Amino acid sequence: MKSKTGQKEIRHSYKLTAALSVLAILMTLMVTISARSESAAFGSKDKEVFADQRKRDSVKSVEAFSKVYSVLISPRCVNCHPAGDVPLQGDDSHLHAMLPQRGKEGKGMLTMKCANCHQSENTRGPHTPPGNPNWHLPPADMKMVFEGKSASELAKQLMDPAQNGHKDMKALIAHADDALVLWGWEPGDGRTLPPLSHKEFKEAWITWLKNGAYAPEK
Amino acid sequence: MATTKLKINGKEHAVDVDPSTPLLWVLRDHLNLVGTKYGCGVASCGACVVHLEGEAVRSCVTKVSRAAGKEVVTIEGLSENGDHPLQQAWEQVDVPQCGYCQSGQIMSAAVLLREIPNPTDEEIDLAMTGNICRCGTYLRIRKAIHLAAEIQNEIK
Repeated sequence: MKSKTGQKEIRHSYKLTAALSVLAILMTLMVTISARSESAAFGSKDKEVFADQRKRDSVKSVEAFSKVYSVLISPRCVNCHPAGDVPLQGDDSHLHAMLPQRGKEGKGMLTMKCANCHQSENTRGPHTPPGNPNWHLPPADMKMVFEGKSASELAKQLMDPAQNGHKDMKALIAHADDALVLWGWEPGDGRTLPPLSHKEFKEAWITWLKNGAYAPEK
Repeated sequence: MATTKLKINGKEHAVDVDPSTPLLWVLRDHLNLVGTKYGCGVASCGACVVHLEGEAVRSCVTKVSRAAGKEVVTIEGLSENGDHPLQQAWEQVDVPQCGYCQSGQIMSAAVLLREIPNPTDEEIDLAMTGNICRCGTYLRIRKAIHLAAEIQNEIK
């Protein structure tokens, strides 16, 4: 038989343990919620890619995204991710001459369809239309705007399937080698290249994604 | 050089040219279809518009190899007797001043009327914004397109 004092101590100990357990659960929840608010949402399909959650590194991820961002907002990328429905043109990203419209599928409309001028390859010479077999803007129902987006906004957008063309993690990684993305590094006469080589860009892109795809604060 | 087979205005042609030759120069220099004009050479003015598989492409930057085996229609083939609703309307409204850009204007307008039989002013402006007229006949072009839409509806 334990003394009354001993029983009180045991009850007190149980209460303390319970309180600490609740606190621990709450803290775990808070950390989880906090992590989710900083990194983009990962779907169940992405579990394989992120099987080892310990590989996440928010500092490394954010650092990599600053490199990615410098490419995404360069004219070769942003010109076809405009805020409006008219593509941009030139190293100063001015509105495309003749004001062609995005159209429902992002391939222009009426007499001004992209492929009416843009061939399957760059046309030689200065001020001629650049080309690619799949030349287009994002479609009207998924505009994937880069123009005017902060690094934070763009990182979150890129990881949101509802805003990124329904891409999961594997599709995002594969997108670095998309033919139209690769065009950015062979843009034809008179167009500047993105600030990083494609190899550097791809490395930064995958580093950002595989370390948790964290969005910068700003 | 290579032989490229083309179907232009319903007729088969075989031309012996470099496959990268712009379609415009094949039309004008090899087939003597000179209704299609050279304007800027960089797809920025619309004077060279022809139909390739029904689309209003700019022949100055379109390699002839792209047109191989496909249907090409030039201003000469838009109608058999020069009486396409747009050609009738153009004449009635007396659209051209110097006339240099007009074949490209009509070929673009034909695509517009096919896709939107009764276009509004806004739709006309959107569709025709890539066809430049140095004489500034834009208002008459717009008026003629409305008239052509009426003529087209009457024919139907």
